Amino acid sequence: MVPVQCYFVLSALLFFIGVYGFVTRRNLIAMLISIELVLNAVDINFAAFNRLLFPGLNEGFFMTLFSIGVSAAESAVAIAIILNVYRKFKSDTVDAISNLKH
Amino acid sequence: MANIIMFCILAVVILGSAVMCVTTKRIMRAATFMLFVLFGVAGLYFLLDYTYLGAAQISVYAGGVTMIYIFAIQLVSKRTLQGMVEKIKCSRAIGAALLSVVGLATVAFVFLKNEFMCRACEVVDAEVPIRTIGHALVGSEKYQYVLPFEFISIFLLACIIGALVVSRKVEEE
Amino acid sequence: MDYGYTIFILLLPLLSFLILGLLGMKMSHKAAGLIGTCSLGLVTALSYYCAFQYFGADRVDGVYQTIVPFNFTWLPLGRLHFDMGIMLDPISVMMLIVISTVSFMVHIYSFGYMHGEKGFQRYYAFLSLFTMSMLGLVLATNIFQMYMFWELVGVSSYLLIGFYYPLHDAVAASKKAFIVTRFADGFFLVGILIFGYYTGSFSFSFAGQGADVIMGQGTTPFIAGDMAKAVAAGGFILPTALTLMFIGGAGKSAMFPLHIWLPDAMEGPTPVSALIHAATMVVAGVYQVARMFPLWIQYAPEAMSIIVWVGVITAFYAAAVACAQTDIKRVLAFSTISQIAFMMVALGVCTEGVTGHEHPGSVGYLAGMFHLFTHAMFKACLFLGAGCIIHAVHSNEMALMGGLRKYMPVTHATFLISCLAIAGIPFFSGFSSKDEIISACMNYSPVVGWIMTGIAAMTAFYMFRLYYGIFWGTENKEAHAHHTPHEAPLTMTIPLIVLSVITVGVGVYTTLAGFLGWGGSFGSFVTADGHDYTIHFDATVAAVSTVVAICSICLATYIYKGEQQPVADRLYATFPRLWRAAYKRFYQDEIWQFVTHKVIFRCISRPIAWFDRRVIDGTFNFAAWGTSEAGESIRVWQSGDVRLYAVWFLTGAVALTLILLAL
Repeated sequence: MVPVQCYFVLSALLFFIGVYGFVTRRNLIAMLISIELVLNAVDINFAAFNRLLFPGLNEGFFMTLFSIGVSAAESAVAIAIILNVYRKFKSDTVDAISNLKH
Repeated sequence: MANIIMFCILAVVILGSAVMCVTTKRIMRAATFMLFVLFGVAGLYFLLDYTYLGAAQISVYAGGVTMIYIFAIQLVSKRTLQGMVEKIKCSRAIGAALLSVVGLATVAFVFLKNEFMCRACEVVDAEVPIRTIGHALVGSEKYQYVLPFEFISIFLLACIIGALVVSRKVEEE
Repeated sequence: MDYGYTIFILLLPLLSFLILGLLGMKMSHKAAGLIGTCSLGLVTALSYYCAFQYFGADRVDGVYQTIVPFNFTWLPLGRLHFDMGIMLDPISVMMLIVISTVSFMVHIYSFGYMHGEKGFQRYYAFLSLFTMSMLGLVLATNIFQMYMFWELVGVSSYLLIGFYYPLHDAVAASKKAFIVTRFADGFFLVGILIFGYYTGSFSFSFAGQGADVIMGQGTTPFIAGDMAKAVAAGGFILPTALTLMFIGGAGKSAMFPLHIWLPDAMEGPTPVSALIHAATMVVAGVYQVARMFPLWIQYAPEAMSIIVWVGVITAFYAAAVACAQTDIKRVLAFSTISQIAFMMVALGVCTEGVTGHEHPGSVGYLAGMFHLFTHAMFKACLFLGAGCIIHAVHSNEMALMGGLRKYMPVTHATFLISCLAIAGIPFFSGFSSKDEIISACMNYSPVVGWIMTGIAAMTAFYMFRLYYGIFWGTENKEAHAHHTPHEAPLTMTIPLIVLSVITVGVGVYTTLAGFLGWGGSFGSFVTADGHDYTIHFDATVAAVSTVVAICSICLATYIYKGEQQPVADRLYATFPRLWRAAYKRFYQDEIWQFVTHKVIFRCISRPIAWFDRRVIDGTFNFAAWGTSEAGESIRVWQSGDVRLYAVWFLTGAVALTLILLAL
C-alpha cells in the first residue's frame, strides 16, 4: 500500500501549484482553473485521510463527493460572472476589474 | 508494489500537467492540462479503491466542469484563441513562487510532524461496497447523509438559476 | 395633623407655568392672566391656612415643631444623597406668607400694568415659574434642594428682567444679573460641597433625629451630619464653608461689591421689580443665613463679623448713591440694597453666646426676619406705586414728574405711608423692625449701632427727597397739558391699598405691643431659638431713632418741598464732583469692567483660551491628522487586484501557522 505521507505531499504540492497559478495569471479563466487545482488537491487529501487513516468511517468520502458537487456549482456561477464582466469591461484580464482601486 | 508504481505514474502525470497548466501562455492549453490533472486525480481515487468517487470525478469534473471552461473560453477570450498570448510579469512570478515554497514547507512540516501518521495501518485492498454508499447517502440516521444530499440538490438548482440570471443579456433601455 | 396639602403650594404654580408656557399663545390675554392669578390666589389661601394651622398648633418644649410633610431621596450617591421635600418651620412658614402675598398682589397689579403688552401670557408664565422656585427655595429640606431652587430663581429673574427682549438695555441687564449671581453661586456650590464632604449630609436635621442641642433647650433645625468629624478635620473648614455659602448669598442679595446687577435689573417691568428685586428673590441670601444660623452661631461666630461689616458697608454705600439718583426705580433699587444690608447686619450681630431668649444678642435674628417681612410689604407697595406713576407719566425720570399729588390721590397716600414706614416713624411697621435691629446693633457694638442710625437717617432723607420730587415740586406743565396724568385703574390701586393697610396694621399693633409689652407680635412666632419672645422696646433707642428720622424728614422737606430748590442747587454747585460720583454709583460698574476686561480677560482668560485652542484642540487635531495620514498611506494597498489580496491572505495564514508552530 502506498504510504499516507506520499498522498499528503502530493496534495500539498498540487495545492501550492494552484496558488502559484492563481497569483501569477492575469486571465480570469486561468485563475479559475488554478482554483480548480486547489480544490482537487483538497479532495485528494480528504479521500486519502479517510481511506488510509480512518478506514471504518465514511465522512471523508462524502466530504469529497459533496466538494466535487459544490465545485461544479461554483464554477458555473463564476463563469456567469466572468461573462458579465466581459460584457461590461470588454476584457478578460483581472486588471480591468479595478473599480475598487483608490 | 504495483500500487506504488501506479501511484508514481499518476503523481508524475498530475504534477507535470499542473505545472504546465499554470505556466503555459495559451489558455486552451491550460484547460487541456487541467483535464489531464482531473483524469489523474480520478486515477488516484481508483487507486484508493474509491471507485464511485473516481466515477463521479470523471463524470462531473472531467466531463462537466471542463466543458464549462471550454465554452467560457470560447465566449470570452477571442483574441487568445487567435494566438495572442498572455504575458506573465516576472516579479510577480518570483513572489508567488516564494510564497508557494514557503507555504509548502510549512504545510509539509505540519503534516509530517504529526503523530497520527503512526496510526496508518494496512488496509484491505477491497473497494467500498456501493450498497453501503447508497444507504449512507439517503439514510437519515446518525452519520448518514440524506440532509446534505437534499441540500446539495437544491444548492445546485440555486446555482444554476443564479448563473442563468447573472449571465442573461439585459435589454438596453 | 395633616400638612399634605402643602404639596399643592409647590405644584400649583408649576402647573400654571406649564399650562401658560405651553398653551399661552393660544389663549387670550385675559384667560392667561386669570389662570395665573387664580392659581396664585389658591396658593396664597393655602399658605395662609398652613400658617394658621402651624402657628396655631401647640408648642413642644416651648418651641414650634419642625414638620416635614414630604421628603424623598432623589439621587442617592453612596454616602451623600440629594433629597427633595417640604419642611415647615417658623421662618419658612413666615416666608410662605410673604412670598404668596406679594406675588398675589403683583399678579393682580400686572393685569393693569401689562395690559396690551405683547407677551402677556409669557409674562404670567414666568411669574408662576418664579413663584414656584421661590417657594421651593424656602421650603427646602436640604441645602442642595435650596441651591437647585436658588438657581431656578436666578433663571426666572433672568427671563423676567429680559422680558422686553427687543430692547438692548434689557437684554444686557438680564445677562449681567444672571452672570453676577451665577458667579456668586459658584462660591455657594463650593461651600455646599465642602460641607457635604466633611459632614456627610446635606439635610437640615429634623427635630428628634439625634440633633445636637445648641441653643438652650431648643431644637432648631440645622444640618444633620457628623459635625464632630467636620470640626476635627480642621477648625477652619466649617467657617470657610459657611463663608463661601454666604458669598453666594451676598451675590443674590446684592451686597457690596456684587450689587451691580440690581440697579440695572430695573430694566424689567415694574411689577417684576416689585416681586423679585424688592420682596422675595433678593432676600434669599438673608434667608440662607437665617436657615444656617445655628451653624454660624456654634461653629463660626468670628466669621459673623464679616457679615456685619459687609452689611454696614453696603448699607452706607447704597444710601449714599441713592441720594443722588434721578430715576425713581434706581432710587428704590438702592434703597432695597440698603435695607437688605440692614437685615444682614441684624443677623450678623447675634454673636454674643446666645443661651437664652432673654439675651438681647439674639434679638438680631428676630429683628432681621421681622424687617424682611415688613420690608417686603412696604417696598412692594413703593415699587407698585412707582409703577403707577410711570404708567401715568410714561417715564422714569424725576425731572419729568412733580406735583402729581393732585392727579393721583390713592397712589400719593399709599406712597406716603410706605415712605413713613421705611423712614421708621412709630405706628408704621418699619419702625418696630428697624428699632429692633438698631438695638441689637447697639448691644453688639455702639459703633455699629450709631453707623446704622446714621444710615437710617440717610434712608429717611433720600426717600423723602424722592417723595417730594414726585408729588410736590414744580409741575411739568407742558407734558401735563398734552396728556393729563390720571389715577391708575382699579387693578393697580387695590394691591397698593392692601399692602399699605398691612403696613399700617402691623405697624400699629407692633408699636403698641412693643411699648405696652403685649404678647402675640412677631416675637411669638419667629425667634432665634424658637421660644416665645415678647418684644420690649428700649426707650432710648426708640426715641433716638424717631428723632433722627423726623429730623431727616424735616431736612428733606426743607430742601426739596418747594417749587424751587435753592439749597439743593447750591449744594450741587459746591460739590459737583461728589454729586457726580454718587450719581455714577461711585464708579463701581467701571471698576468691575476694568477688573474683568483688563485683568481677568487679558491676563487669565486669554492665556487659557490660547492653551485650549493650541494645546488641547491641537492634540486632537494632530491625532485626527495622524489618523488620516495613516489611512492615506494604507489606502494604497487597495489596489483592486484580487491576486494581491490572495497573496497577502496566504502570507498571513502561513505566518500564523509558523508562529503557532513555534510556540
